[in-house]
Amino acid sequence: MRNPTFQVTRRQAIRGLLATGAFGLSLKLGACSGSPSASGGGSPLVAGFIYVGPKDDYGYNQAHAEGRASLDGIEGLKTVEEASVPETNAVQETMRSMIDIDGASAIFATSFGYFDPHVLAMAKEFPEVQFFHCGGLYQEGVHPENVGSYFGYIDEAQYVAGIVAAHASSSKRLGFIAAKPIPQVLRNVNSFTLGARTVDPTITTQVIFTGDWADPVREAEAANSMADQGIDVLTCHVDSPKVVIETAERRGIFSSGYHANQAELAPKGYLTGAEWDWSNVYKNYIAQMQAGKTLMNGGIPHLVRGGFKEGFLKLSPYGPAVTAEAQQAADAAKTQLASGELVIYKGEIKDNIGKTVIAGGKELGQTAVELEQMNWLAEGVQGSVG
Amino acid sequence: MASEALGWWGIPLAIIAGTLRGSAPFLFVSLGECLTEKSGKINLGLEGTLLMGAMSAYAVSYLTGSPWLGVIVAGVAGMFLGCIHGWLSQQPRVNDVAVGIAMIIFGSGLAFFLGKPFIQPSAPQLPVISLGAWSQMPQVQSALQISPLFLAGVAIAPLMQWFFRSSRWGLLVRAVGDSPDAARAMGISIFKVRMASIVAGSFLAGIGGASLSLFYPGSWSERISSGQGLMAVALVIFARWNPVQCLYASLLFGGAQAIGPALQSVGIDSYYYLFNASPYILTLIIMIVTCSPKRTLTGAPGALGQAQE
Amino acid sequence: MTDRWRSSLEKICIPIGALVAALALFGLFCALAGANPFGVYYSIYRAAFGSWSSFQNTLIQASPLMLSALCTALPARLGLVIIGNEGALVMGGLAAVAGGLTLSGAGAPVLGVQLGMALAGMAAGGIWIAIVGALRHYRAVNETISSLLMNYIAIAFLNHMVNGPMKDPSSLNKPSSYPIPEIDMLGTLPGSRVHYGLVLGLIACGLAYFLIQRTTFGFAARTAGGNVRAARVAGLPVGKLTLAICFLGGACAGLAGMVEVAAVHGRANESLNANYGYGGVLVAFIARHNPLAASLVALLLGGILASGGILQRSHGLPDATVMVFQGIVFLSVLYSDSLYGKLPIFKPRPARPRPPVATATAV
Repeated sequence: MRNPTFQVTRRQAIRGLLATGAFGLSLKLGACSGSPSASGGGSPLVAGFIYVGPKDDYGYNQAHAEGRASLDGIEGLKTVEEASVPETNAVQETMRSMIDIDGASAIFATSFGYFDPHVLAMAKEFPEVQFFHCGGLYQEGVHPENVGSYFGYIDEAQYVAGIVAAHASSSKRLGFIAAKPIPQVLRNVNSFTLGARTVDPTITTQVIFTGDWADPVREAEAANSMADQGIDVLTCHVDSPKVVIETAERRGIFSSGYHANQAELAPKGYLTGAEWDWSNVYKNYIAQMQAGKTLMNGGIPHLVRGGFKEGFLKLSPYGPAVTAEAQQAADAAKTQLASGELVIYKGEIKDNIGKTVIAGGKELGQTAVELEQMNWLAEGVQGSVG
Repeated sequence: MASEALGWWGIPLAIIAGTLRGSAPFLFVSLGECLTEKSGKINLGLEGTLLMGAMSAYAVSYLTGSPWLGVIVAGVAGMFLGCIHGWLSQQPRVNDVAVGIAMIIFGSGLAFFLGKPFIQPSAPQLPVISLGAWSQMPQVQSALQISPLFLAGVAIAPLMQWFFRSSRWGLLVRAVGDSPDAARAMGISIFKVRMASIVAGSFLAGIGGASLSLFYPGSWSERISSGQGLMAVALVIFARWNPVQCLYASLLFGGAQAIGPALQSVGIDSYYYLFNASPYILTLIIMIVTCSPKRTLTGAPGALGQAQE
Repeated sequence: MTDRWRSSLEKICIPIGALVAALALFGLFCALAGANPFGVYYSIYRAAFGSWSSFQNTLIQASPLMLSALCTALPARLGLVIIGNEGALVMGGLAAVAGGLTLSGAGAPVLGVQLGMALAGMAAGGIWIAIVGALRHYRAVNETISSLLMNYIAIAFLNHMVNGPMKDPSSLNKPSSYPIPEIDMLGTLPGSRVHYGLVLGLIACGLAYFLIQRTTFGFAARTAGGNVRAARVAGLPVGKLTLAICFLGGACAGLAGMVEVAAVHGRANESLNANYGYGGVLVAFIARHNPLAASLVALLLGGILASGGILQRSHGLPDATVMVFQGIVFLSVLYSDSLYGKLPIFKPRPARPRPPVATATAV
């Protein structure tokens, strides 16, 4: 009794069952003449990549898809990818299908919402498959040992972008269009502002939350109302920054990109941008796996994080509006961040309602777990998380 | 750039600017749907048509460098989808709402499929008409940059009103929509009139898509419409099948889109999810207040939603 | 006798023909896009129906659609076109979480918590759509537009709640409510990974069918749906019927939301809003608002959704391909409905004319 029995009138049953069955009928005929396109030659490592949106969105998903594409041509590796997979049990089915049908032994789940419960559930079911998740916080002893998590400290790039923005701004007001007040976003807003305020401590950043990872009209409205309020540099943290950058250019104000290089969209006003470079991360993982290392045997660390130093990020080439002075300051900060001399979250830091969030003399290095749980906006940010 | 902060004045300005910028897609889709529904058929698939129009306008503008050609192709692409809907929804036993929902999926699927190569590039945009030269303030100048398509839509609304009221063809459409039997007795081809109305309506919806991708927000991406087509279809009922009221309703919706971000930009930053839902809440309240069980909806085509034999 | 056979044959051949035609059209589309159509057919079959494991994927995708479809199908019998499934589902999920957290916090037994979640979900979804019905009946507000508007309002409300009052501070980058204890979650059917939502969906479809076709309530609803004025003259309580049937429809969608929460996510967050609502509207219309047919159409749509991934992975087709496929299949199936009684081979022989049988069709 594995299947529940259907109680259906005969007419409906015939109509519907045949409707579904008709697939099989015509498909079996097709199977004879079709040639399954399996790649031969030994048993290559198969890695599956899952994206939450379309893989050419000029943003988050595209950055990952480009990282995946950089793996093409590696000997003994086959990659499969699936885009627009929602954060429901559909993603579990996608992972299962990649494992069962494509023979994947490593899964890269690139959206935060895949982690709990989906990746965790599949990891328990397939203990021999390695699951790498982007953005999650792996906890030793709590999560299965075949789960790993990777993410980049992109706020380092936002910090540098903030320095560049501060040099460019004449109104001393910057704008940040963000999707949701979550730690990853707040950290970018804060780092951008802290970077800017090293140049001029009177600078403020206005933040607008659109409430949605992709809502072009609202993003454009937010960009326009910021321009109306005299803000003259815009940056953002949404899935696809295209609309924000283009609107800023049309309004004649500066913009700073995110996720990928959007310089082409704003030839005049594009200053720089915080970009991911997942190719290094993915190549490194694949090399480790091909050398026989796994999460389970301890060869691959469970928590992989990195910034400029590790090559997880890059900065878009400076635009024409960036002065030599600004470039010098930005490059210096970048070098210091890479060498570890410069710590962004160094006390005393107050939040924007006057409470001390990091005490004087205390330093939170990029690896600090507190930063991945950020729920405050730094002094100088106009907006609230509530 | 001597731009000064506008402060609280930014809110009414943002709403006015949002109205002028953002209402064109609502306007075109609702006018198209108004024409369609007047003939007695519903076309929910205009959400798909809007996306198809946005994609094809952007693609053609990019490939040929002519945004106006893009606008025309967007309309033609809309007509293509309209033909499918018009033919299919007039088959016996086939429900037009069902076809419409299937057409949303088909139209948007096709637009996404064909639109992949056009997400990256920047296409030439439609020229803007600047009505704000009298003002010294860049904010006002920017707010009064108006799309020629918006002006066209504003002109079409009263024209369509006149068309329904006074023209012979408009009378035909209304006759077919109100009492198909009588129209048939007069020797009118119901099929042809409805087909023409649906195709023309889809043409307008396609142009609405062009306004999205070639004026505001002025870009092609798969989330560009975020349900505007579906809302515009609903606006027609809200506007009582009256083209001029479609115009008012579209203006209301275009302006309401700006409320949430504008409030945040002056520091009102709680409840933004609820503020962002304000267009929907507002419409619902207006409908509750203005509807009455005592009378049937004036302007409702008699044959709308009736099964086809 | 032969005419009956013809009629049965017609009911078999037309849907099959529609699917074959859809597959042929889609194959052509794939060929134009540069993929081998036969390879595509084989992949779809393999990913949706090819093995017990892949068929379970189909069942998993189908189960929320069954419950969600009833939210459109039931009120449709009263002549109401309601597309508020997404909103009712979201409100149901939210209420189920609130109920589940309250009950488990109070130390209720597992079954009690689950029952409480189901009731809370059904009540919330039911009330949500009953509001639409009430607005229709008492204020003559068009139910299609009000239910559409209420979808957006419900989603905004969900986002507001999980980002604010109901937020679990430890749900870092995906704001969510507090989780329901593991023990109170709905399990899976023995020997499978399909959760109990499928059983609930099938039971609900069966009950809905029985209610509409076999009870006086259903008869009254169908009568009122045929002609409201006549129903009023006949003394039927149209208002009560409207509210009741809207409540029942909304309750089904609310239950779908509860299942999503209690069997899949374990908490409420934006993933609740996963287009099961609009999928359900489509299923209901394709099934011509017949609850039993809806369960089978849901299975068909589930199969299409289940095969979406493999088109990308094995054939290099973009993610939107599955939408095109879905669109072609449903347009083709819709068209096929118009062919009943039109194809010459299925027509009764003119040699033996029979008086037309005047039975009410159960459609």
